[in-house]
Amino acid sequence: MSDTKPRAASLLVQNTRTRKRNAAETRFRIYGRLALGLGIVALILLLSSIIGDGASSFRQTFVTLDVELAEDRLDRSGTRDIDTIKKVTTFGYAPLIRNALAVEMAGQGIVIDGLSPKDAADIISKEATAKLRNFVIANPDLIGTTQSFRFLANGRIDGYYKGRVTLQTAVLDSNVSVEQLRLADALKAAGVLKVQFNRGFLTQPDASDQRPEAAGLGVAILGSLYMMIVVLCLALPIGVAASIYLEEFAPKNRWTDLIEVNISNLAAVPSIVFGILGLAIFINFAGLPQSAPIVGGLVLTLMTLPTIIIATRASLKSVPPSIRDAALGVGASKMQAVFHQVLPLAAPGILTGTIIGLAQALGETAPLLLIGMVAFVKEFPDAPPDGFFDPASALPVQIYNWTQRSDPAFVERASGAIIALLVVLIVMNTVAVILRRRFERRW
Amino acid sequence: MSVMKLSASALAIAALSASAAAARDQVQIAGSSTVLPYAAIVAEAFGQNFDFPTPVVESGGSSAGLKKFCQGVGENTIDIANASRQIRAKEIQACADNGVSEMIEVRIGYDGIVFASDINGNSFAFTPVDWYKALAREHFIDGALVENKLATWDQVNPDFPAQTIQAFIPGTKHGTREVFEEKVILQGCEDGGFLQAMLDGGMDEDTAEAKCMTIRTDGRAVDIDGDYTETLARIDSDKDGIGVFGLAFYENNTDKLQVATMNDVVPNTQTISTGDYPVSRPLFFYIKKAHIGVIPGLKEFAEFFVADEIAGPDGPLAQYGLVSDPALAKTQALIADEQMMGVTN
Repeated sequence: MSDTKPRAASLLVQNTRTRKRNAAETRFRIYGRLALGLGIVALILLLSSIIGDGASSFRQTFVTLDVELAEDRLDRSGTRDIDTIKKVTTFGYAPLIRNALAVEMAGQGIVIDGLSPKDAADIISKEATAKLRNFVIANPDLIGTTQSFRFLANGRIDGYYKGRVTLQTAVLDSNVSVEQLRLADALKAAGVLKVQFNRGFLTQPDASDQRPEAAGLGVAILGSLYMMIVVLCLALPIGVAASIYLEEFAPKNRWTDLIEVNISNLAAVPSIVFGILGLAIFINFAGLPQSAPIVGGLVLTLMTLPTIIIATRASLKSVPPSIRDAALGVGASKMQAVFHQVLPLAAPGILTGTIIGLAQALGETAPLLLIGMVAFVKEFPDAPPDGFFDPASALPVQIYNWTQRSDPAFVERASGAIIALLVVLIVMNTVAVILRRRFERRW
Repeated sequence: MSVMKLSASALAIAALSASAAAARDQVQIAGSSTVLPYAAIVAEAFGQNFDFPTPVVESGGSSAGLKKFCQGVGENTIDIANASRQIRAKEIQACADNGVSEMIEVRIGYDGIVFASDINGNSFAFTPVDWYKALAREHFIDGALVENKLATWDQVNPDFPAQTIQAFIPGTKHGTREVFEEKVILQGCEDGGFLQAMLDGGMDEDTAEAKCMTIRTDGRAVDIDGDYTETLARIDSDKDGIGVFGLAFYENNTDKLQVATMNDVVPNTQTISTGDYPVSRPLFFYIKKAHIGVIPGLKEFAEFFVADEIAGPDGPLAQYGLVSDPALAKTQALIADEQMMGVTN
């Protein structure tokens, strides 16, 4: 306070009340910023933990070896008969890889004390024998020749180059030895073992608990895609038709009120309930197959419909009545007014609602639990339409599955899958925002 | 109306597509999450070595799997149920009511249940009596039940360090819990003479056994309803914690966990298969006989599962932590002959 007595109402000097009001506003802004800051900190923590754990799953350790496809092991008869060749199981291919590694080690002059040839070969993924067998069955003519292959390294060796396994933990770890890590280091120095971009993480199917290095998202991505196609093809037309009828044509009476309440109610029903419904109706009653994307899609359609109906009705409502009146005034029928004038203006809102509904459906696990999609699925589904009936997994399901596995390498896989899912969701939501910005009209 | 419309249209689509759905050509399996990793390993190898597609393996628990299994016969029901315990009479009845009267029971091997704690913490050599004393809700002292107030391990057994009692045990929905209660807690109650004391005190046997197996609820024992990964995370944040794990899980995390002995026996596939390590249980799967010959590859898969190169002592399952069954040859013959349950035993 100054010495002179403030005048009652000066424009230059603030009186106590104004100061108080301004202070309140400043305080409110600080609260707002604090709230926003907390949100951002939480987001950064979440993202950094996921990216920190998962980004490494897009890189993988590979070993390149020249493998002699020995005839005496693969086709003793020498007839190249495919059925004879198929009799050799993946276990029969293990010695080939063991020999190839021994040859490579000898060639590079690598000698590791206390490492048996079998333990040495264990630094290569168990998936390698399957890769070799598939190659031989596809190219029986090449038996007897030597071919170069790029194999995955075992999950523990891979973990060594990602900081998950160290020489200290290897002493205690029953699945990897210090000698094996030394061999890996020697091979890396020789340029045989490399850490490279891992395309297989996005294209390969899931793998069992013994080979985390081979596990990929291929089947899950395809399954999610199939389900989204089903949801889009069903939920959009049904949802838009239902909302246009309710909004533009249906009489306003007790029945339509009841329906409206029920739709809002359905939007809030826990998603597991739709799974129970799906199991009862689609699998037990209609006899659709288990674990199939068609059932998943139908269940998620039921779940997404209320969201789409609510969004569509809101955007139809936001089109001013003057547009309808003008169309009706120049002689358009009610249907013409709706389809020619109202619907195009409401389309951006409908699309936004649909995309948000789809994004929600994409991240759902609970309803899929009951219809058998939370499963180990290694076989790719066929191309649509048959593929809709083949077993498949889904992205969120794959994450859930991987978090339950005992091998620590699956933690990295799960986080990697979360990154993949987040990227898809970010793209979908960005498209929704862009569509809204570009086409939305305000009155 | 809208809901009716929805379900009507969905049903129409379903009806249309049901005719389009071709015969199922892959084996479908559901059940115990303990058996899941083994089934997944076998399914993967099966798909890679045979011309049949890789079977689909669902988890969800033994009870849920058997319930699904017993829903009936037909292509939209599962072919195999995995279970970490034997099927119960009630479930056999439920199966029979739905037309699943013929099934083949296959024992794939044994699963060890181990007690493990943080790698840098104290080591323990337990006996079942220690666990009973530490975790029972009430002790029978001088003819009366007294609430268990023990707070540190040295109060349980003077040989132990003064570490706070904090146990992470499987929740009641897990099959492992049953084994833990019967083979550790109840065993400890008997070994320590507590059961006899209760019987002498005039209690009838059922009540006494139930009293033995009641676990304290004051926070010293925490039920884990999730998976072993959750137990591991709990031990990671509470270094005094001791968790109950499957042998396979421990073997995959030996760099983080140290295992406790039971009756001075270290748990491993060797000691469990000989029966020296006391806490183990058989693992099973059940095949729907009506599906053999209908679902391609079903019998081949079952035979492959118990083949020596898979389930034998040197196979990949043993490598992952399954204790292989010494009587595997008998099981192989059982599948080859499609012998039904109850015929052999």
